Amino acid sequence: MSEQKNAYMYGMGVLKGLGLAFRHFLETYLDDLRHWGKRYKTPEGIAYRSSKEVRGIFTVQYPDEKLPVPEEFRFVPFLLYEEKDGKIEYRCTSCGICPKVCPPQCIWIVRASDPNTGRPIPDPAEFYIDIDICMNCGYCAEYCPFDAIKMDHNYELASYDRKSNVYDKAKLGKPVSYYASVRPINFAREEAANREAEEQRVARRSHA
Amino acid sequence: MSNQNITLQSDLTHIFPDIISRDERVNFEGYLVKPEHLSSIMMRLRDELGYDYLSSITGVDYFPDNKMEVVYHIRKSTGGSPLVVKAQLDRDNPVILSVVSVYPGAEFQEREIWDLFGIKFDGHPDLRRILMWEGFNGHPLRKDWKEGYYEEEGKPFKSRWPVGYYKSAEQKNPLGTNIEYPAGFDPESWVPVPEEALYAGLSKMERKDEETGISTDQVIVNLGPQHPSTHGVFRMAAKLDGETVIGLKPVMGYLHRNHEKIGERNTFLGNMPYTDRLDYFNSMSNNFGYSLAIEKLMGIAPPERAEYIRVMMAELTRIVNHLALFGFLLNDLGAYFTPFLYAFEERELILDIFEAISGSRMMCNYFRFGGVARDLPEGIMEKIKDLVFDRLPRKIDDLDLYITNNEIVRHRAEGVGVLTPEQAIAFSTVGPVLRASGVPYDLRRAQPYSIYHRFDFDVAVRYHGDVYDRYLVRLDEMYQSLRILQQVIKNIPEGPIQEGKPQYQVRVPAGESYGCVEGPKGELGFYVISNGKPNPWRYHVRAPSFINLTPLETMCIGNKIADVVVILGSIDIVLGETDR
Repeated sequence: MSEQKNAYMYGMGVLKGLGLAFRHFLETYLDDLRHWGKRYKTPEGIAYRSSKEVRGIFTVQYPDEKLPVPEEFRFVPFLLYEEKDGKIEYRCTSCGICPKVCPPQCIWIVRASDPNTGRPIPDPAEFYIDIDICMNCGYCAEYCPFDAIKMDHNYELASYDRKSNVYDKAKLGKPVSYYASVRPINFAREEAANREAEEQRVARRSHA
Repeated sequence: MSNQNITLQSDLTHIFPDIISRDERVNFEGYLVKPEHLSSIMMRLRDELGYDYLSSITGVDYFPDNKMEVVYHIRKSTGGSPLVVKAQLDRDNPVILSVVSVYPGAEFQEREIWDLFGIKFDGHPDLRRILMWEGFNGHPLRKDWKEGYYEEEGKPFKSRWPVGYYKSAEQKNPLGTNIEYPAGFDPESWVPVPEEALYAGLSKMERKDEETGISTDQVIVNLGPQHPSTHGVFRMAAKLDGETVIGLKPVMGYLHRNHEKIGERNTFLGNMPYTDRLDYFNSMSNNFGYSLAIEKLMGIAPPERAEYIRVMMAELTRIVNHLALFGFLLNDLGAYFTPFLYAFEERELILDIFEAISGSRMMCNYFRFGGVARDLPEGIMEKIKDLVFDRLPRKIDDLDLYITNNEIVRHRAEGVGVLTPEQAIAFSTVGPVLRASGVPYDLRRAQPYSIYHRFDFDVAVRYHGDVYDRYLVRLDEMYQSLRILQQVIKNIPEGPIQEGKPQYQVRVPAGESYGCVEGPKGELGFYVISNGKPNPWRYHVRAPSFINLTPLETMCIGNKIADVVVILGSIDIVLGETDR
């Protein structure tokens, strides 16, 4: 029965399909000629190959070439620190919001305490993230009130054993300048907001 | 008729006096029925009141009250919101009548409840475990069941802060003391038994040729779990007569991780990224359904701009899903990977957009209760416009041109895996499978949510109910999605994207809520019960890929074994969602 119902086609559909594949094949070479020397391994070439104009194949040959990641790309958090007179100061106050909001509970924090009085001080003594468990949801960065933890752009984290996948404070820490380089728009926005808040505070104080 | 039905629904207690009563708990809806009358009530609801479509069944364990509850969401296939019917059982010996005879679509869902809650269904034709394996100890969704590496009832765990020295789960709870066996089970002397119960369900037909008197042997063939055609780890035990399928049982659960138990340990907000992992092709629409359910409980609604962004993401995700499906379907048909990669090219471009907006290509985690996580980055609207107005219509036309009339596709797909409209409704199929069978049922129209009522689009319907029509319905749907997207892009307003301040501790008032969206695979529902605590008391996912498998046997019987692969491909399952 099925032979009858499509008898009128005589293989045209197959030819069309092969034609599509052939066109694709041809376009790749034509596109290579059109963008001679610029299609591969150049930033413009990669940008072109992820635009709507692209024709032919647009495979990016990782790891020879890498797709640029957008600013919002998130992969495993890092801790921000400021360098003041050669000393490293983490922004983290160990308030405990990130371990609470973390969906798979992969953040462990030990709050520092004053060695003399024993009272807690706003600084993390230890900070661990098990990146095997981290699901890259970005909640810690989203809900951190101090902009102290942010999502990274580095996605090449393969290692030889599982133990090295538990990141401690030293391994998580990155300078603020790094953050400004990977997320310039976010950084500028936060800086502006901080400055404004600071100005308001000063104004209020002088007013009072 | 429909008017009459509405009045009848409001007075269900008058139609069934004494055996049905309103659910009086605060923030709960629907009716409580006496379990012994369930079947007759369901029969009358279906035949007299037009509730012909069973949407979802789930169990709830009210551990402190020593009660179990079975919750039925039934609908009319003509549209409208679901009617919620509940039956309460004794927790020590929970037995209830099966509704498979009324709604055949209940088969797998009842098996799931038996598996996870231990509620027995009297009269179920094949009551075996479905997600866990036979011999598993206990029923994991019961509140007193503790999983391996159990730490606390709910997150956040206290060991993480302020004194949180890292300890891996294995260190805390070594595997050796973490295994429980059923009473009388000795793992040393245990010999694995062949799955007789599974195969027993298959041997229904005796085959003897009347004319020649020759009786032929029938063969059982297991497809999967490690089989490329099953799109993951899914197994089908098929009974064959020659090459013809005469019985087929799906076996699932290989990817089961008890998403619902994890969800009940999680905080409400913490569940959002987990929903991404259900149907990993469509994380945006999973987010959508879950946020609708919680927003209903919280009584908030997102601002205008967020609504538009949500719809835009949901429709882009539908195109992504259908493109991926075309690729896989053609793969299943033997067009090895060339068309697949052509379809994936467009998908990549859309995923680039998702990545720029949400930060991740597939695990988007973009929706929040009362809005979305962040506003669209600069320049992304231009990219979306280019795709929606220019590239995608062109490329979908291409697909249409090359696939729709390809004779191999038509030979293999036409008249294969037919599901009649009556069967499609009875088996609770949803989405493109239902619409390909001639039932114009689309939640975006049947029970409009978000702002879908503002858009001009058609519900795609085809009438043959075969694989080819399921393909065509999806093709039509992509065009309709483009139509919606074009309207969204024209009308998207400026403004805030989040209602109120973003909060990490979400206060969800006590009550129940069922939020559902028309996902690319069909009705995706989230049934949530909150008791006012930070973690949901019950969190259930009505998974379209799971329930759409119920009629798989019906579709396959009478077809050749090679067609089974195509039929399964046309249902469009994702194992992350099927097995949950």
